[in-house]
Amino acid sequence: MSINRSIRGALMPATFAVFAAMSASAAADTLTIGLSAEPTSADPHYHNLGPNNALAKHIFSALIEQDAQQLLAPGLAETWEPLDDTTWEIGLREGVSFSNGDPFTARDVVYTVCRIPTVPDAPSPFTLYTNAIAGMEIVDDHTIRITTDGPAPLLPNHLSTFTIISASASGAEDEVAFDAEGCSGLGDTPESQAFTDPDFAIGTGPYVLSSFVRGDRIVLERNPDYWGEEGAWEEIVLRPITNPGARVAALLAGDVDMIENPPTQDIERIESSGFKVSSGLSNRVIYIALDQGEAPTPGISGDANPLQDAKVREALAKAINREAIRDRIMLGYSEPAGELLPPPMFGTNADREAIPFDEAAARELLAEAGYEDGFQITLGTPNDRYINDGQIAQAVAQMWSRIGVQTDVDAKTFSAFISDRNGFAFSAFLAGWGAGTGEMSSPLGALVATRNPDAGLGGTNFARHSNSQMDDLLIEALQTVDEEAREALLQEASRVVMDSYGIIPIHYELTTWAMRDDLDYEARADQYTLAYEVVPAN
Amino acid sequence: MLVYFLRRLGQSLIAIIVMAILVFIGVYAIGNPVDILINPEATQREIDATMQRLGLDRPLWEQFFIYFGNLLQGDFGRSFVYGQPAMEIILQRLPATLELAFVALVIAIVFGIPLGVIAGLKPDTVLGKSIMGGSILGFSLPNFWQGLMLILIFAVLLGWLPAGGRGPTTEVLGIRVSFLTWEGLRHLILPAVNLALFKMALVIRLARAGTREVLLLDYVKFARAKGLSERRVITVHVLKNIMIPVVTVLGLELGSMIAFAVVTETVFSWPGMGKLLIDSINLLDRPVIVGYVMLTVFIFVFINLTVDLVYSGLDPRVRAGMRNE
Amino acid sequence: MSDQTLPAQKPRGAESPLRRIIAEFFESRTAAVGLVIFALVAFVALFAPWISPQNPYDLSQLDIMDGTLPPGSESFTIGTYWLGTDVQGRDMLSAIMYGLRMSLIVAGTATLLALAIGIATGTAAAYFGGWVDTLIMRIVDMQLSFPAILIALILLAILGKGVDKVIIALVIVQWAYYARTVRGNALVERQRDYISAAQCLSLGHGRVMFRHLLPNCMPPLIVVATVQIAQAIALEATLSFLGVGVPVTEPSLGLLIANGYSYLLSGRYWISFFPGIALLITIVAINLVGDQLRDVLNPRLRK
Repeated sequence: MSINRSIRGALMPATFAVFAAMSASAAADTLTIGLSAEPTSADPHYHNLGPNNALAKHIFSALIEQDAQQLLAPGLAETWEPLDDTTWEIGLREGVSFSNGDPFTARDVVYTVCRIPTVPDAPSPFTLYTNAIAGMEIVDDHTIRITTDGPAPLLPNHLSTFTIISASASGAEDEVAFDAEGCSGLGDTPESQAFTDPDFAIGTGPYVLSSFVRGDRIVLERNPDYWGEEGAWEEIVLRPITNPGARVAALLAGDVDMIENPPTQDIERIESSGFKVSSGLSNRVIYIALDQGEAPTPGISGDANPLQDAKVREALAKAINREAIRDRIMLGYSEPAGELLPPPMFGTNADREAIPFDEAAARELLAEAGYEDGFQITLGTPNDRYINDGQIAQAVAQMWSRIGVQTDVDAKTFSAFISDRNGFAFSAFLAGWGAGTGEMSSPLGALVATRNPDAGLGGTNFARHSNSQMDDLLIEALQTVDEEAREALLQEASRVVMDSYGIIPIHYELTTWAMRDDLDYEARADQYTLAYEVVPAN
Repeated sequence: MLVYFLRRLGQSLIAIIVMAILVFIGVYAIGNPVDILINPEATQREIDATMQRLGLDRPLWEQFFIYFGNLLQGDFGRSFVYGQPAMEIILQRLPATLELAFVALVIAIVFGIPLGVIAGLKPDTVLGKSIMGGSILGFSLPNFWQGLMLILIFAVLLGWLPAGGRGPTTEVLGIRVSFLTWEGLRHLILPAVNLALFKMALVIRLARAGTREVLLLDYVKFARAKGLSERRVITVHVLKNIMIPVVTVLGLELGSMIAFAVVTETVFSWPGMGKLLIDSINLLDRPVIVGYVMLTVFIFVFINLTVDLVYSGLDPRVRAGMRNE
Repeated sequence: MSDQTLPAQKPRGAESPLRRIIAEFFESRTAAVGLVIFALVAFVALFAPWISPQNPYDLSQLDIMDGTLPPGSESFTIGTYWLGTDVQGRDMLSAIMYGLRMSLIVAGTATLLALAIGIATGTAAAYFGGWVDTLIMRIVDMQLSFPAILIALILLAILGKGVDKVIIALVIVQWAYYARTVRGNALVERQRDYISAAQCLSLGHGRVMFRHLLPNCMPPLIVVATVQIAQAIALEATLSFLGVGVPVTEPSLGLLIANGYSYLLSGRYWISFFPGIALLITIVAINLVGDQLRDVLNPRLRK
């Protein structure tokens, strides 16, 4: 039962006693979670953003699921096999039905892929993951053949990023097709706002939407017909509490059972108050990018750009005491990094340790490069985006200053930071990267591949790093459908970048959840809070 | 009278239009919302397509005319973040802010007037002096720091009240309010007190000044001489006289409370309009920022106009002033 | 609130000897204490680089291993951290001194600039009258009908962050108060014989305005300026707290408080509590001085 309805009941004295009895029994089966960010829409294809994607997974299901380590697992699809370099055959799960009773078939999958580009005003569309699809052939109700423009080894990863909606409930015609001429039979595709209506948000997920009150709460009820393992809770209430202090206070006061992202400095207090904290490595690396594009570079005086010298970059990398940052700033909730993605994720080198802290070596390297007196540099950073981002940058500035590189920190709110960064206003900046696909080509392709907008490479390479050896390895990997061969190529590409200090990783964020101590939640690398995976502790 | 009214109305309209143009140009000239909203993994192709869909690829003046063309039809544009009409999103948050402001106003009056009257009746006692000292503090403490200290004392140290958020709401006539349930009320107390303190200091000063003035008037001296009880003198004569300035000033201050709610809402995560404004500034959600400004400007112009008109109806001196103008 | 500070009234302050004003000012002991405290605060702000135990923004002097130490902790380098340290290992006492400096510089510069603009426009309005007066006073009325915080917020959303931007916003918010005060007093003065005489002698507009009109408007202006500087400090702190004020690397008191805010719940109160106290003391001191100045310089209240 929804809170909403129950309060209206409370206002009517006659029903009050009944209501009280009901709520007492319902309370035990309700899980309330304080979210750190509010989903901007209930439409699963509107905004490709963590909170939205996490909410979507409650109500809808994806063809392919990602487990806690982002390894692929069967979802609505049971099998996916490449037939050749550009054709994939997807075998769909049988006997699955939508929450309105309609059976789930291949038509819904084709409809979803076709609908994604039509979402009006989508601020971050999912077309990124569907662009490679050139056509979809419905072999039978539970088999689809997908053809792609060129080899697309990441297709299964991409299919795991979006969830499937019902073609019939969205107003599609009986025949939905995606062939050489494009999509047909879509009818009028729905607007995003429509999904706020529980009667419209029809999915195959473990829960169904009960109410969506913006700024206040999202209520979900268990889907009795879910195809997978039934969720532990009759009802789930998601409450956005964006202020970290207020979120912690809500947990301590018992207003909510669990919260996302408790601030690191409050974890001690949470634990000493009898709550449990679950944490795990995320797919997000915090890194420093150094401008290697031009000389002179902004923020460094003189005509030269010392950052083009690999020795200088190595010196700056080794001057950072990653353990100290972990212990003093992150209070233990980070892991010093030596690559852009933590092992054992796909494409990482398990033997690669975090870059060691070595102040003497750093000074020596600077001297070898001809900068024994150091130089001045400005380190740009957002101060409200990543966990303790502004503090990390200031600590790095301390450490660089100690080897003679006088560092100023230019900390800004994310929106201001990003417009400066995208205008190449920083010769050094701190930022973070979360690999949505959970494998190495994501950070390599975005952060260090030579900038090439047409090929979709180097989109976030605002340091203008360029290494043709790495580029070749990466591009070959992106054409290689064989898993083992691709992983070896990605590992090699990562080694090449790291050996030349093309980018300086600092640490991987640990994502944390705090909850009542009679609950359990396995930390997820993608940082999603999936309420249906929260279970009572044994 | 009619001429005066029309002229005021005209001036108000100009104020609204000027504000709207300035804010539009200012807000639309900074940053690129797509950079912030789009998933970082997006390629340049997606970024370009998204900018085109949101109309951000057009030159500023073209965006400007499209926006104002729609505005004339009552369309404030859609939020970039939520994809919903901007005004709808703002109006959804309005009740929370209004509830906070009204409750704060009640607190300011209920506590401020008695304290001010006491300070006025006994100006030279310790009590009177401490009340006035308190009101100087109320003026001097920045609003947000007051809020932090309230949280520190009542939520962290004592644990009596929640540190933030709105708590459960009840729907009355289609509007969600907090004050009808105990839990909702608990969430409301700290932010309302925070917003009230500054105004309370103002009310104390007004009430004190009013009381002192009234006590010197002949008819009050006469009432006292006649042997009327002190209590009756205060309730009937003093209160009647100080209510007029207090109510007038607070009517005007209600508007500034809505503005100051920005601070209180940020400190207490109160899901009102002010919090929405700050969030929208950080996300560069332009239609919402412009919509918020238009709405608050409208509210202010409306309040000022009403106050002026009521005044001109009541006070002969103001009427005379208008003729001179 | 400052709206009610001054009735448009002919001041006699300028005619009276300065000594009388000073004597009257010190009749109130609280005001005297306020003045002394303010002098101290101003001294600390002015000389912060020379008297603070540490330069809190020279990063090579900081060590994160000294981070979030409670008040009274010992360090190896600068002796005792009397007010504790923040997460970067920055001495809070030094940070407060520098923060005070930043707050006063921003508020002081803004007040002076606003005063200059307000005087120019206010005198012009009073002196020329007619459409100049109408135009200027319409703008003033319009602006004063909106709360300062709202105007400043919108301005900063447009201008972006930065010390200079905050000063611009504060100037725009404040100039109208001065313009109104100056105009009110100047209108009264303009009726006087000496102005007519000056005009008869066909002295230049500028000369009449600034040599004759203005000096007689000074006393009420001083009062308004005192109140406004306190307001400016509080407003800047609020804006910085909301994240639209000064940059993180040059924190004012408001930003220090905001930075410490996230540590409040975990019991590390000193990071935001002490800067708050410093802010409070400064504003109260200025307000006490302002209250007394108003009484001394306003003839109507003189017994």
